[in-house]
Amino acid sequence: MNGAGLRRLGLGLIPWIGAILLWYAVRWSGFVNVSLIPAPHQVAAKFFELLTKEGLLIDIFASTRRVFLGVALGILVAVPVGFLLGWYRPARTFADPMINFFRALPPIALIPLVIVYFGVDELAKLVILFYASFFSGVIVMYEGVSQITPLYIRVAQTLGANQTEIFRKVIIPLTVPHILTALRVALGVAWATLVASELIAAQRGLGAMIQNASTYFLLDVIYVGIICIGLIALIMDLILRKITARLLVWQDRAIA
Amino acid sequence: MKKRAQFDKVSLSFETPKGRLNVVEDVSYDINDGDFIAVIGPSGCGKTTMMSMLAGFQKPTTGKVLFDGRPVAGPGPERGVIFQEYGVFPWLTVKQNIAFGLTLNANHVPTAERDAICDHYLGLMGLSDFANSYPKHLSGGMRQRLAIARAYAVKPQFLLMDEPFGALDAQTRSNMQNLLLKVLETEGKTVMLITHSVEEAIYLASRIVVVTARPARIKEIIDVPFAYPRDESIQERPEFAELRSYIRQLVMDEYRAQQAQMRPVSFSE
Ligand SMILES: Nc1ncnc2c1ncn2[C@@H]1O[C@H](COP(=O)(O)OP(=O)(O)OP(=O)(O)O)[C@@H](O)[C@H]1O
Ligand SMILES: [Mg+2]
Repeated sequence: MNGAGLRRLGLGLIPWIGAILLWYAVRWSGFVNVSLIPAPHQVAAKFFELLTKEGLLIDIFASTRRVFLGVALGILVAVPVGFLLGWYRPARTFADPMINFFRALPPIALIPLVIVYFGVDELAKLVILFYASFFSGVIVMYEGVSQITPLYIRVAQTLGANQTEIFRKVIIPLTVPHILTALRVALGVAWATLVASELIAAQRGLGAMIQNASTYFLLDVIYVGIICIGLIALIMDLILRKITARLLVWQDRAIA
Repeated sequence: MKKRAQFDKVSLSFETPKGRLNVVEDVSYDINDGDFIAVIGPSGCGKTTMMSMLAGFQKPTTGKVLFDGRPVAGPGPERGVIFQEYGVFPWLTVKQNIAFGLTLNANHVPTAERDAICDHYLGLMGLSDFANSYPKHLSGGMRQRLAIARAYAVKPQFLLMDEPFGALDAQTRSNMQNLLLKVLETEGKTVMLITHSVEEAIYLASRIVVVTARPARIKEIIDVPFAYPRDESIQERPEFAELRSYIRQLVMDEYRAQQAQMRPVSFSE
């Protein structure tokens, strides 16, 4: 690693170290009951215990799989739908209020209905995550697509492009950035909704782990669960950002 | 002379939130095969709008715009357009931008020939060193040259150029003008060029259409008395200077008319 890379890494680490120090400080300040805040090293110890003895990896895998499937399916549908809405103005005026209505509904509010219609197994969780990803993704898609300027399409037409060529060679490249943004937004929302979806009688999963721990007041387990969710979301986002940077080298970005 | 394009009593108005905006009004003239028409007039008067009707992006409100005797129904590769905003594709490299038209079915360019054509235009436009760069790394003038190269590469019979040399420095601009003259000489194209430069209009065009402040009407159509092939020496001729001051006066009058139209607005606010 070169000097600049090390510096970036150092800069990225500082806030984390700060957060941990603050955590200790709050714990030792005396303002809060110490039994209500497990220390970072205790949480770390719990993490290794859960990892080695309680199958934390199974929970991580269960949750990641749910998020992954929910986002994949949600975006798979959100891309064409968002595209149509962004492309055909009438479709947009027609569907806009509806979409905003459903988007404003917190997925948690739907859980009772989802249980009634889809039961309590894997499908029900997938439905919640699908719902969350679809509505967040579709908005990003159609906002993005509706901002595509007609200039490039006109240029292509004057060079002789037919409808299929315009779609393949102009519209798709211009849509890719919006698909990637939709993916990132949907991933964020899906992780945020995960715990809610695992409220539906989940055996395994980070949300379920937090849920169970809260009944027994196992604060350190709750902390491990929360940190795991945050970390995995962060890693997924990082991977997606790398892919984005690779696919969109052509884009003019303020920050390289 | 065969008529290539015709404006026949063409008017166009836009519906805006503030009411109807007349942009082109009762414009009639013919563009014959091999003509080089330069359109000149104050900023915002409706030149781009006039051109975009012939390009096929806008329909006249009244009157007819004909190409090869038929009303223009939409854009097509026989009418190449160099847009005022360039429109270089940011997701393609410089070379891929030039190749774009060559890869389209309509132009029937065999794969084996594409590379050579691209390299030819890269060289002509001084972009060889940037062949694999993305447009974000190009200066404004380079983007403009790229847009020109991309349009030339598919060899349209009719070229519509909207201030194609506006972003170039004086030296490059004159290179591009001479290059255009050479291309026309060898390929025999018909051109409609929008420009703000009176010298450029006289140096390049066979006829100059001076349009009024908005709405664009025809103020005068002037035949340029110089034969092709032309070279820079004509710019030293007394007729050139005479014509230049005459046209400048026409354009200046319209510029003043435009300012006068705008004045009440700026005072009342
Ligand atoms: N789609 C549109 N809707 C409403 N008004 C428009 C539209 N397109 C152009 N106009 C208006 O028509 C007028 C003429 O525009 P146009 O682009 O043709 O001018 P121009 O002569 O090319 O100017 P410039 O020399 O600055 O490029 C302007 O006042 C512009 O605001
Ligand atoms: Mg213009």
